[in-house]
Amino acid sequence: MTVRHTFDQVKYWRRTVRRILLLLSVWFLVGPVMSIIFVEQLNQFSIGGIPFGFWMGQQGSIYVFVLLILLNCILADRLDREFDVHETPETTRHVVSDH
Amino acid sequence: MGIQEWTYVMVGLTFALYIGIAILTRVKSTAGFYVAGQGVGALANGMATAADWMSAASFISMAGLIAFMGYDGAIYLMGWTGGYVLLALLLAPFLRKFGKYTVPDFVGDRYYSRTARVVAVIAAIFISFTYVAGQMRGVGIVFSRFLGVSIELGVVLGMIIVAFYAVMGGMKGVTYTQMAQYLVLIFAYLAPAIAIAFLLTNNPLPQAAIGDILPKLNQITVDLGLTNYAAPFTELSFINVLFITVALMVGTAGLPHVIVRFYTTKTVKAARWSTFWALLFIAILYTTAPTIAIFAKYVILDTLANRPVAEVQAIPWVQNWTQTGLITLKDVNGDGLVQAAELFGSKTPEIKAAIDRDIIVLATPEIARLAPWLIALVAAGGLAAALSTASGLLIVISSAIAHDIYGHLINPTAPDEKRLLVGRITTFLAVMVAGFFGIYPPGFVAEVVAFAFGLAAASFFPVIILGIFWKRATKQGAILGMLTGLVFTAVTIGMIRAPQIFAFLGVTQPIIPDFFGINAQGVGTVGMMLNFLVMWIVSLMTPPPPQEVQDMVERIRYPRLLEGAQAFNPTQDPATV
Repeated sequence: MTVRHTFDQVKYWRRTVRRILLLLSVWFLVGPVMSIIFVEQLNQFSIGGIPFGFWMGQQGSIYVFVLLILLNCILADRLDREFDVHETPETTRHVVSDH
Repeated sequence: MGIQEWTYVMVGLTFALYIGIAILTRVKSTAGFYVAGQGVGALANGMATAADWMSAASFISMAGLIAFMGYDGAIYLMGWTGGYVLLALLLAPFLRKFGKYTVPDFVGDRYYSRTARVVAVIAAIFISFTYVAGQMRGVGIVFSRFLGVSIELGVVLGMIIVAFYAVMGGMKGVTYTQMAQYLVLIFAYLAPAIAIAFLLTNNPLPQAAIGDILPKLNQITVDLGLTNYAAPFTELSFINVLFITVALMVGTAGLPHVIVRFYTTKTVKAARWSTFWALLFIAILYTTAPTIAIFAKYVILDTLANRPVAEVQAIPWVQNWTQTGLITLKDVNGDGLVQAAELFGSKTPEIKAAIDRDIIVLATPEIARLAPWLIALVAAGGLAAALSTASGLLIVISSAIAHDIYGHLINPTAPDEKRLLVGRITTFLAVMVAGFFGIYPPGFVAEVVAFAFGLAAASFFPVIILGIFWKRATKQGAILGMLTGLVFTAVTIGMIRAPQIFAFLGVTQPIIPDFFGINAQGVGTVGMMLNFLVMWIVSLMTPPPPQEVQDMVERIRYPRLLEGAQAFNPTQDPATV
């Protein structure tokens, strides 16, 4: 059985993958690259008395991770509506036996 | 009332709350038992995930570890939060759309193979038991330190509570108790941190207050002859910090008890948003932990270092924790003074740290002279963290046995009531086994936490990612990839940690000291790379997956059900694949 196409699946998926890759590259840059590989260079600067590389490793990177996920949610919701694949009560099926 | 009485009150109240929730959330179907009837909202699931994720180790040990490691403690902070970015972007929404009960469900269906399912079941059970034994032990330790009961009795009390709500309510009961446990643990963690931040700097926000204290801490560590607190790569080499961080991130995204939480939401959108809420709730604790580390280390060095030993031993909180054996102050060089190295240890092996790292969280409220009820709350928080993680893991173990083994392989035609009964029985048995390991921990339990993350990174993460993003991934590729990752990681960790793991065989030396400079915690990253590589090569050499599997992959990529796609209905499902 083949799935029938009701919207431009190829385009939707391409844009989804592009979004994921973009956000993941920020994740990679902020996590491994800035907070580990270049930590010593960043420690030359300090913010509010804290060496910047140290702050990124123990605080800053976590804030960026939260923001990245928030951005993913917002952008994915927008894309879903644009392609009309967002869930509505009629299109959502879940198990109802336990409520 | 004293600390002891308050602790009884706090622990008693929270346990009563968990039991009350258990009674209100009983379930009558397997869908309720394994995925909470897929009726959990985004915020609720985020909160439950946060409690599920933050274990006894996060709550009790992490701040202390960081206090001892300085910058290098970032491996835990980044590793255990950065993994959520991978989960949110690459796994959670797609697995929710897939919409079944367990991680082996996905592996078995996507790779159209019973063998793949069985390999996944074995990995899930091994990872979860490794992890849960430590949680039950944590419950026992909190009981013994705060209430003076034996560790064994503490473990048994924890077992009774978990058995009660996990057997009755399954995933649904676990979800709602985890939400309550999150609130208990986060309040218990923040209150002392805010109090001590205010005490030291007049700024109640710990994340901002460290700006005043860190420079002083850096200065005092250098003055006292310790390594500069903020300096990187003092405890771990650069290559280890990098590989361990990646292994913890990828391992986080591959841990079955975290993944299944995203099966429980109402919609794909809710699964996506619950990754955000989860990391937000986790970040509240994870950005506070390094501040507690900084405050506590500064206060301890500032008040104790270079003071006469007798004077330090007379300080009330030092006395209290000396009695529990977590402070073992010895005047090693016999000069009558307490040296910084005698407190936190030094590179020379003859000077052992007098302070157990768990003190940092457990004793901070006392060091800051907080009210007894706040100190008591820390005990309830530690128990909440351990119990919530234990219950999530027990559901994974139970579902792997009752749903994947019994429901799919042994008796695929069993009616729902019978499956539910088997689920309840396996949950109960899993609690018993976990409790047994908690009371009689195999010598290596503490050592093999590296196993749980390393194996999750090396087994599940690559097969799930490629299963979603690469239709060409085949069953042969997945099976060989998982086995390569699992065997490589298990064997390498086994060789590096041989003295701890095989002590009963009389092994005293590691078989290899490390893997090209990467220690046991970091080899999971190498295992993951090997898994990807093997899967890619073998998939290209074997025939492509059947059309219906490729259609399934197509379906999970879009939130709304596609026209012509076959609906999945878990109440009728099962086991037809």
